[in-house]
Amino acid sequence: MYAQMIKSEKSNETPEELAAFQARIDRGERIEPKEWMPEGYRKTLIRQIGQHAHSEIVGQLPEGNWVTRAPTLERKAILLAKVQDEAGHGLYLYSACETLGVSRDELFEKLHSGAMKYSSIFNYPTLTWADMGAVGWLVDGAAIMNQVPLQRTSYGPYARAMIRICKEESFHQRQGYSVMMKMAQGTEAQKAMAQDALNRFWYPALMMFGPSDAESVHSEQNMAWKIKINSNDELRQRFVNETVPQAHYLGLTVPDENLKFNEETGNWDFSQPDWTEFFEVLKGNGPCNEERLGARRKAWDDGEWFRDGLSAYAEKSAARRAAVAAE
Amino acid sequence: MALDATQVDQKALFDWLCRMGDNALILGHRTSEWCGHGPVLEEDIALANTALDLIGHTQMWLGLAGEVEGAGRTADNLAYLRDAMQFRNVKLVELPNGDIGQTIMREFLFDAFHFEMLTALVASADARVAEIAAKALKEVAYQFDRSSDLVVRLGDGTAESHDRMQAALEHFWPYTGEMFVADAVDEAMAQAGIAPALSEIESRWDTLVSETLAEATLVCPERRADVHTGGKQGRHTEHLGYILAEMQFLQRAYPGAEW
Ligand SMILES: [Fe+2]
Ligand SMILES: [Fe+2]
Repeated sequence: MYAQMIKSEKSNETPEELAAFQARIDRGERIEPKEWMPEGYRKTLIRQIGQHAHSEIVGQLPEGNWVTRAPTLERKAILLAKVQDEAGHGLYLYSACETLGVSRDELFEKLHSGAMKYSSIFNYPTLTWADMGAVGWLVDGAAIMNQVPLQRTSYGPYARAMIRICKEESFHQRQGYSVMMKMAQGTEAQKAMAQDALNRFWYPALMMFGPSDAESVHSEQNMAWKIKINSNDELRQRFVNETVPQAHYLGLTVPDENLKFNEETGNWDFSQPDWTEFFEVLKGNGPCNEERLGARRKAWDDGEWFRDGLSAYAEKSAARRAAVAAE
Repeated sequence: MALDATQVDQKALFDWLCRMGDNALILGHRTSEWCGHGPVLEEDIALANTALDLIGHTQMWLGLAGEVEGAGRTADNLAYLRDAMQFRNVKLVELPNGDIGQTIMREFLFDAFHFEMLTALVASADARVAEIAAKALKEVAYQFDRSSDLVVRLGDGTAESHDRMQAALEHFWPYTGEMFVADAVDEAMAQAGIAPALSEIESRWDTLVSETLAEATLVCPERRADVHTGGKQGRHTEHLGYILAEMQFLQRAYPGAEW
């Protein structure tokens, strides 16, 4: 019955094909790369996985910002390992995307031209060391909340990438929380940094789940395809419920006057983030959009001779091998 | 050669351990500056990995240095609370990264030394040194494989990549000599069998480096007078002060805080 909802993007996608595809998903089957899929499904996945991959690599930047200033050798090592993990996540996700017939270079081009987005959270600056705590705790925390359900997503390579990634993300979240803990139990100056970091990252973290589903254009179809498993509001509520007690345990104040435990629903009631700000950041007008995208473009442009050099060498050695084989 | 590690001057041993630790720390710092800015995703990962390994080595070498000193200083105290004149790294590792070609060339030149040094240190008369060397050697062997492989591929890549690598080689070459200029500390270590004679390392380094450069179609510059020395004795380039200002900021701004 979902088949009627699906606007076929290719004229040769018959209602029978679409219904059979939907039936597979409904039975809980995984869709694998070489198998038939509707064009809309493929395109949505490319957009979603690609955006996720871009978020991982742009996400290296706000934390990379503190690697050279990490306060101890151990913290430096942990942060380096985390940033390295994020690059690794980017790699798995680009590979998952490539199984849908789009190359990593094409995806990069779209990132650099602004045709594809990355998570708005990475357009906020990391101003003090406490931000390394807040990012791990809240940003990786929100990412986990989003990604755990995606381990059951219908597209095989994406689901498998999510399983690997989620393990590392929960590690990141614990490490971030431990940075926050040290700061919250530290000197007055450290406590002030910790509170300030929470103040700055709380609402941007809530934005990571996306606008309310009422405003989300693709939700219904994506849920039918099991590309999206839970609603944005549902996940945001889960995140708030989990995070508020953690903030209290740290002795920090969540910057929301309306935050209140609702006995009836068992949820924490909370204020919505400023969605005008969210859409501005998405449009490219956030505090660090220019720096972040600029840094990625520069890395790519400056690296062109490097990539060309490696390709030229690969071609030469292939030719040399062929010449030897021909003798 | 008297192989009695217990008789060695502890101040000299401390100094020498700081050389090992500071080389790893400062090169690790430089490498980590690439975080998120690499030319290709695989390089981002590899550079972060290299930096991570080097910071791990720093913890071991400076940890032992603190023990040997016996004044209660930890690896962190040594890394974050010494000023430039107490740092003992060679100048080569503190020079700015430059482009990715320079970064790789510098790493290659140092890796070749580091690899030969650690290989010899596995047989150190000081069991603690031998143990650290054995742990670090695995990672440094991998780093050397990687940096030498990239030098070959970029040297023998396009005309541009070749020229950039040749320029990078010439830029760093005058700084390589310092690694092999032995002073009283190096001699004391060699005499106690703790570390190899630097002249031995130098000849192995020469072989290793010239083989790779030949394969890379790069021209090895003439050996020249080693003017860029002094790092091992605490006389550095202007660059180190900026590295420390950045690296030590939190420890200096919030003395005694725990992180
Ligand atoms: Fe990640
Ligand atoms: Fe993460």
